[in-house]
Amino acid sequence: MNNSFKDHFPLRKSRAHEVTGPTALSFAAIACGHGGKGAMWIVESWQQETLNPVGLAPFCDPAKVVLVRADSPIDVLAASEEALRSGAVSTVVAELTKPLGLTAGRRLQLAAEAGKTTGVFIISDGMGSNATETRWRCSPEFDAQDSTLQRWELIKNKSGTLKVWRVRWDAEARRVIVVSEAGE
Amino acid sequence: MQKRVVSLWFPRLASDRFLRARTVDAPFALTLRENNTERLYCLNMKAEELGLRRGMGFSDARALFPDLQTCPTDPRADSLFLRALTRWAARYCPWVGQEGVDGLVLNITGSAHLFGGEAALLADMRARLSRAGLTARLGLADTRGGAWALARFGEGVALPGKTLEKIARLPVASLRLTGSVCDTLQRLGIDSIADLHALPRATLTRRFGREPLLRLDQALGDQPEDVSPLPDPPRYSARLSLPDPIGLASDITAGLQRLLEQLCVRLTNAEQGARTLQLTLRRVDQASQQVELRLARPLRDPARILPLFQKGVETVDAGFGIDQLRLEATLVEDQPLRQISHTSSGPDDKLDDLITRLGSRIGLDNIIRFLPSDSHIPERSYITASAAYSAPGGAWPALHHRPLRLFPPEQIAASGRTPPRGFRWRRMALSTARATGPERIAPEWWLEDEAWRTGLRDYWMVETRQGRRLWLFHTPQNPGWYVQGEFA
Repeated sequence: MNNSFKDHFPLRKSRAHEVTGPTALSFAAIACGHGGKGAMWIVESWQQETLNPVGLAPFCDPAKVVLVRADSPIDVLAASEEALRSGAVSTVVAELTKPLGLTAGRRLQLAAEAGKTTGVFIISDGMGSNATETRWRCSPEFDAQDSTLQRWELIKNKSGTLKVWRVRWDAEARRVIVVSEAGE
Repeated sequence: MQKRVVSLWFPRLASDRFLRARTVDAPFALTLRENNTERLYCLNMKAEELGLRRGMGFSDARALFPDLQTCPTDPRADSLFLRALTRWAARYCPWVGQEGVDGLVLNITGSAHLFGGEAALLADMRARLSRAGLTARLGLADTRGGAWALARFGEGVALPGKTLEKIARLPVASLRLTGSVCDTLQRLGIDSIADLHALPRATLTRRFGREPLLRLDQALGDQPEDVSPLPDPPRYSARLSLPDPIGLASDITAGLQRLLEQLCVRLTNAEQGARTLQLTLRRVDQASQQVELRLARPLRDPARILPLFQKGVETVDAGFGIDQLRLEATLVEDQPLRQISHTSSGPDDKLDDLITRLGSRIGLDNIIRFLPSDSHIPERSYITASAAYSAPGGAWPALHHRPLRLFPPEQIAASGRTPPRGFRWRRMALSTARATGPERIAPEWWLEDEAWRTGLRDYWMVETRQGRRLWLFHTPQNPGWYVQGEFA
């Protein structure tokens, strides 16, 4: 089976994916830029750390993003499922603060399939659910020339092997460029 | 049949309305802010006895009578009150109109005998108004102009066909003339209506234009003038009563569909769209349940509204059964017909429906959109607006590199004007590998902001050897280092 970067990113449609790590946000923001119909970004309303639309602009158009502030973790999941199932947006991003249960993970997966929508769930380390299609860990790396260098590790993959890429973001071309790849 | 018109004038409408709710047994006045000056707007009897007048400066009045009680007026409430009075006056005749901001006009032709004649009708009106605590002046004549003159200048009743005799002695101002025409007439010695009536008509028009003659003819009935009643505000509601109570959600949905079809036809004819819908379900035990639906966009398509109601209908407790359904569009908005074509894509229906469904669970105000805002302050460089009530728009200028994640500033231990070589943040030891900056941002002096009390900020993008790329700032006027954001 082919296992190059472009097989995995842009993320497979009609599936739920998980992402963790310090730069998970930029991974989700880049994923929002794919697909033509806009994105829905679901967070819990108590969160003090806010998504900055001005910082989002290099990755995807902030006008296409609708932010949903839910009161509880359950509401975040319910809103995610509703948004995934409706197919009105092409990407649904949800920031989760609690581990996903088996039922919840599977429901979200089914909702993504029903709505032909890509789901991206930002989780903390070690919180993922088994139902997810892929799970990524994103961390920044220092580079003397480039200030967008990141290390993207594929740490769970339902349909392939695991792999690590070092990528950078080209803001002008609006695409991810693979700098080098290293197998595990 | 001889036309008969009653004119009602409430000389103290605003203060009477206010004092109905709160009794003040002392000089009292309502004030209105006009051209940057507070002026007395409406006074009660005691204040008028002191010699205060409408239009007087508020500070002058306070200087003369320090114990004068005042309150700012509320013109909107006044007009609503007058509207309520208009509805009340419909008990005397169906033909009631408003006269300015403090008067009513009633065409009582053919309805006076129901109250035992004109005198009894006026007495009844006066008694009811005074019981309600309102000062009112009444005039009754054959014409609207004549009744107006009688109500405002010397209360009285002109018998049928005797309008001229009754109003002949009144000043020319009682003809509803503009101030300048009135002044000129009085300067020429034409004080009363009788004087004006005696003048040759041709010369009058040449000298003063059409106005005085038109008003005179209207008062005497030579020119027709109608009373136009207020239109009833349109109501969008439909009701379905059932011979047998129902309890299944599918039955309610079927009933709701019929109501929606009726309602939407009415909305379509008026080119309106519903924004909020309320479904009231009356149970056989007389209790009622309500289901409210707030829509993300004005809608009048039954096929689209019905599925959105689904979630609300399922939560209803039918008890022993429901025997009446009532659907009302409590909030409507203009929704003009629009030409659609293959080139212009219409609004995003699916997204709006999604927002409506999410809104019924977590509240429509929690679904927001980002709009650009013209400010250099990072927290204020964007605004959030409810997605249901705003359209995406505006350009996002990328002047400087901004972090993807913003948080309230977190202080770190460091000193000096350039970023520290090593620092601790969130229990991580980080060392600076490259720092880009400074970018100086000054607080916006025209806005008071607690967070910007520390003054100027020098922002640096700090790339650490550990990988994390942070947005630090230094406050030179109040030395300290803070982390405010993280780049991707």
